[in-house]
Amino acid sequence: MGGRLFKDFSLVAATLSLFLLVGIFAILFSYAQTSMHEFGFDFLVIDQWEADEDDEGGVFGGFIPIIGTLLSTLIAMVIATPLAMGIAIFLTEIAHDKIIKPFSIAIELLAAIPSIIYGMWGLFYFAPIVQSVFGGNGVGLLTAGIVLAIMIIPFMAAITRDSMNTAPDVLKESAYAMGATKFEVIKDVVMPYSKGGIIGSVILALGRALGETMAVAFLIGSVMSIPDKITDPTTSIPVLLANNFAEAQDLELSSMYYLALILFIVSFALITVAKLYFIGKKK
Amino acid sequence: MNRLLLNKIILTLSTISALVGIGFLFWILITLTYKGVSSIQLSTFTNDLVEGGIRNLLVGQFTMALLATVVAVPIGVMAGIYLREYGGEKRMTMVIRNLSDIMTSAPSIVIGVFVFAFLVEPFGTFNGWAGSVALAIMMLPIIIGTTDNMLALVPKELREAGIALGGSKHKIVLQIVLKAAKVGVTTGILLSFARIIGETAPLLFTSANNQFFTMDMSGQFPSLTVSIYNLATYPDEASRELAWAASFILTAIVLFINLVGRYVTRNKH
Amino acid sequence: MTKETANPIMEVKDLFFTYPNAPEPTLKGNNLTIYENKITAMIGPSGCGKSTLLRAMNRIHDLYAGCKYEGEINLRNLKNNKMENTLNLKKENQLIGLRQKVGMIFQKPTPFPMSIYDNVAYGLRLKGIKSKSELDGRVEKALKEAAIWKEAKERLNDSAMGLSGGQQQRLCIARSVALKPEVLLFDEPTSALDPISTGAIEELISELKKDVTVVIVTHNMQQASRLSDYTTFMYLGDIIEFGDTEKIFLNPDEKLTEDYITGRFG
Repeated sequence: MGGRLFKDFSLVAATLSLFLLVGIFAILFSYAQTSMHEFGFDFLVIDQWEADEDDEGGVFGGFIPIIGTLLSTLIAMVIATPLAMGIAIFLTEIAHDKIIKPFSIAIELLAAIPSIIYGMWGLFYFAPIVQSVFGGNGVGLLTAGIVLAIMIIPFMAAITRDSMNTAPDVLKESAYAMGATKFEVIKDVVMPYSKGGIIGSVILALGRALGETMAVAFLIGSVMSIPDKITDPTTSIPVLLANNFAEAQDLELSSMYYLALILFIVSFALITVAKLYFIGKKK
Repeated sequence: MNRLLLNKIILTLSTISALVGIGFLFWILITLTYKGVSSIQLSTFTNDLVEGGIRNLLVGQFTMALLATVVAVPIGVMAGIYLREYGGEKRMTMVIRNLSDIMTSAPSIVIGVFVFAFLVEPFGTFNGWAGSVALAIMMLPIIIGTTDNMLALVPKELREAGIALGGSKHKIVLQIVLKAAKVGVTTGILLSFARIIGETAPLLFTSANNQFFTMDMSGQFPSLTVSIYNLATYPDEASRELAWAASFILTAIVLFINLVGRYVTRNKH
Repeated sequence: MTKETANPIMEVKDLFFTYPNAPEPTLKGNNLTIYENKITAMIGPSGCGKSTLLRAMNRIHDLYAGCKYEGEINLRNLKNNKMENTLNLKKENQLIGLRQKVGMIFQKPTPFPMSIYDNVAYGLRLKGIKSKSELDGRVEKALKEAAIWKEAKERLNDSAMGLSGGQQQRLCIARSVALKPEVLLFDEPTSALDPISTGAIEELISELKKDVTVVIVTHNMQQASRLSDYTTFMYLGDIIEFGDTEKIFLNPDEKLTEDYITGRFG
């Protein structure tokens, strides 16, 4: 293979990922057209998802899955953020050299477990616990949120740890030399120094939680209703897609694409902000 | 003294959160092993799903993941080479590099929806090709990112030495630079394979699932992960046990590949 | 400037220090007296243990688990004039107290990621001072003492990261001075700076000794001879010689000291 050909082929390969991204956006957008014409932006506030008797049309609104996605993610973030920070602090400032390595591997393995396993485990082992402590019927927002938290903790902790590790030792030493405690050094020096990476990791985890499908599919209850209580079952965008996309047709299918488009745009925006603005561009 | 107490409290809480994190890992792994091992029989491996085994599912899942790897690795490595070796400081290089990085975090279900639109709907049937393509799309940005990062670690003196000996650019890239980055790139491939082999969402409406053994990728194709999702929600005990057995095997495979990936890197550095 | 008027503030006695997992001690039975309101320079080739000894004086080593001390580092308690062994301090609040009395300035300037004002107020706030007017007064005084008030007064709320290297180092000195320490340890404070900034820092250190005892580790022989009252020469973890700076540089007792000072090794 000649040099010129090699270079051209590599350029094509590189631009392919660009086309994929544009392609995903274009396909979602064009297949969502029918639904967009029918419901417009009201789609976001319509709290119904019902097909007509004849299956030809119906009213399809994204309110319930959107709310379900946001609430389950919110619960996950509230639980995961402090725990992930704690783990990162433990790994960078507390743990003895000898246990940092095995501990980090364990946390990364936790991140590698497929999400369907979290769902399966959550359904049979965690849902009953949530039920006996908080009531409800086991599956619902709270269970989904907690298991989602367990899933994103290692991810968030790993990125936070990496950015906290960038705070130079000599900077920390000079804070200790002024009589600061470990916590004060973390709060006043390490965290401000690595603030971009930490905020970035939280946003990335948020993006991941919003788009998570399988763990939530087992646990959120998959019913099209607005939850009154935190233990109530509801649904989320990825879960609705996972369960109903394959059977949907016409207007309902187009509404599913509309939901997928919304999810894609929101996660794309979050990840972009996190990676380009907070964590820093790749060079 | 107030500050010291606060310090103690925070450090204790951090240590507790670390223990909680590890606790969950062990809790999940232990229940999974306990439930999985007690549900595994010889027939689990020799029978297909229709007869209460996972033989066809394992073969199907691996076929799709391997095919995805065969497609994504050369394209991804080439793209990584372009970005690091030819792209220079061009604006487009930066755009592709960062967009590809963003793509690694795209929701997997959306990729399933995308592939459904152009590889399932037009043909009127779920098919194994679509499943493979969905997995390849998930894998591609990861490979691009790793290749790009690993090539960046190769010292530029190595390239200069090659040029000084009269090598042409593409030969130096292939024979020297890529070789120097081999371990890192291989690890990246292993880790991304471990990631896609456990994916469910992109397969739900691309390959869907098949109870029978088949190697015909133009029709519904057997998937281990999709089967776990279906089996777990069936009310009968036998299905659940099979779901546990399948979950245990899947997790074992994923964690094994992960550990191998880490081991390879550790030995080299 | 004779030894008769000089008053010991710190005494290192038979000090052995071993880093974690190291087969043998880095400091091998050091003895050294630091005199109040004097500048003591520590010189010697790289790896001789001078920084290690300096970092033992405020127990910064203790941040890393597994360091071992043997011997004594005594610090005079200004209340009752008794020497107290700082190596007996175990509790975190005792170490914090020690570090507020024995401050440290590092090789590279280490401004914290906050405003100039907050950098200087940092240690004061840690000590529990909350009153805005008291903080303002002490920040201004410290900045003046560190000779950076003129450059900083218009931009107290700007990030300290925007200052030049030399200004950053003076800010770090101001930050330590604000705590009114008894001893200030300088670990090669000018090695990352240009000659003009170095001159300013040296001038500042000479001024500081009115209020504080200074121990400075330096690679720069001229710096040691210009600045210090006493000099100690270290080699391979031993203190080879200690004495008046003039004597050490002009007429050392030990051959090894002479060889180092005349540049025969280093």
